[in-house]
Amino acid sequence: MPQAAIEIENLSKQYPYGFLNLRKKKSLESLNLRVEEGEVFGFLGPNGAGKSTTIKLLMRLIFPDGGTARILGKSIDDVSMHACIGYLPEQPYFYDYLTAYELLDYFARFHGLTANDRRERVQVMLQKVGLETAKKIQLRKYSKGMLQRVGLAQAILHRPQVVVLDEPMSGLDPLGRREVRDIILELKREGRTVLFSTHVLSDAEMLCDRVGVIVGGKLRGVGAPGELVDMKAQGMEILFELPKEAPNLALMSKATRTGDRYRLELQETELYAVLEELKAVGARILLVSQIKGTLEEFFMNLVETDRAQASAVEVSGK
Amino acid sequence: MSNIRAVAANTFREAVRDRVLYNLVFFALLMMAAAILVGQISIGIERDVIISLGLSAISLVGIFIAVFLGVALVSKEMDKRTLYALLAKPVHRWEFLLGKFCGLVMTLAINTAAMALGLYAALWAVQHALKSSDAYILTAIYLILLKLALIVALALLFSCFTTPFLAILFTTGLYAAGLFATDLRAVRAVHLDTATLEFLRGISYVLPNFQNFDVMGLVVHGRAVPAGFAGYATIYAFLYITIVLLAAMAIFSRRNLK
Repeated sequence: MPQAAIEIENLSKQYPYGFLNLRKKKSLESLNLRVEEGEVFGFLGPNGAGKSTTIKLLMRLIFPDGGTARILGKSIDDVSMHACIGYLPEQPYFYDYLTAYELLDYFARFHGLTANDRRERVQVMLQKVGLETAKKIQLRKYSKGMLQRVGLAQAILHRPQVVVLDEPMSGLDPLGRREVRDIILELKREGRTVLFSTHVLSDAEMLCDRVGVIVGGKLRGVGAPGELVDMKAQGMEILFELPKEAPNLALMSKATRTGDRYRLELQETELYAVLEELKAVGARILLVSQIKGTLEEFFMNLVETDRAQASAVEVSGK
Repeated sequence: MSNIRAVAANTFREAVRDRVLYNLVFFALLMMAAAILVGQISIGIERDVIISLGLSAISLVGIFIAVFLGVALVSKEMDKRTLYALLAKPVHRWEFLLGKFCGLVMTLAINTAAMALGLYAALWAVQHALKSSDAYILTAIYLILLKLALIVALALLFSCFTTPFLAILFTTGLYAAGLFATDLRAVRAVHLDTATLEFLRGISYVLPNFQNFDVMGLVVHGRAVPAGFAGYATIYAFLYITIVLLAAMAIFSRRNLK
């Protein structure tokens, strides 16, 4: 088996809470996950599900109660491993007395770049995230979206092999979201591995090779967005128009009318009989398609069944 | 080493941009006022008053900066979460702490050096010349700087495991107790039993002894600070700071961030 970019084995984390922190709430329960090299992996889950906890554990910002994780074959306790990874924290906040240029230059120093390399890389990054004109302005004057862009720039400044982004679209306007999506796709084209957390499912569907859904600290499903939703794929739909003189059909009681058009949902086994019936009355068939479950439906189904646990995790002081 | 240097330089830059060095304006005004007034109200002891006032102000301003900025070194980074992006870089947590410590000590050194210049300027204003015994003031200032470095280390240690408010309380409390460490060693109260006296004696050795850095009495009266005294204070500060920083690193290395 080829080396995975990220390998997580039985990773667990509890948060203390209550009087004198004596009580503990599980935030992550024996998480096992493998992210392959070069893939874009989406980590999905509602607020408090354990997404950020997992990422913080990978970044050694917090320490696990059990389990291990490796990035590019190296233990997460190995600090040298961080030379090959980039990280964007959730709702990033940086030294607000620095300008964007100074901040990127500061972070570049930890990657052992020469002064010339730093200057060149910082310039390229500022252009990439659209902050070149604002590079001499102190970060305290930046909007949330601009800070997010600076965060993204510092995460990929040193051309890391693995990029971990915690809610990268958070706080961005549609243009900013588009730019972040483009950057993620560019990273993928360059062969880099991207793990990003989100609760915006359309982003995951659009960008990810695979997604993992986490609810209540437990991983509930991993696979390509298509594979996951296929589990819920069901039924057919027909979109059609009826002539004005058409007789009243029994099946029309199940149809939904929008303007002159009707939409009918039915089982696949009923499809041909219904089409014959519509043909007989001179209906104009506009569309016949399979009803596929969406990632959102899959996600909501998991969340609904685990609502109690998910809300309990949110209480854990996060 | 380059990581420590980068963090230290950024800590210094933060202090400058947050206008910490503005205290120098206050000090300059104090020294100017003292130089003008002292000649009118204290005939013959102008020099003593200026040195006393100057060294006290250097010490007080330094302590204020060391405690408040020392506590903020780590706690502010954790509260504002600026630490997240940094610790995801190839940086050891101990490098971060040491860089922060060095950065603030560097800030204090520059601040203290500037105030020392102000003190000498005030002395020159009242004496119209500088005496050879005025050079002893430099030793006093050096010892104040050692004291401030020790306070920064303590503040850093406390901020690694408690809230900023408690860290300030513990640091100032320990400083106040440390001013009486030698006196505690000499307690001979008749109403205390031997065990209590031994306990106090033990405590006095554990407390940071800030009396080791106080030579104002000598310097004000134009007397030289014995080389042994300054040497002992240097070794004491170095060892104490090392132990405190090692403890801070041990705690911070396993600290879960929010």
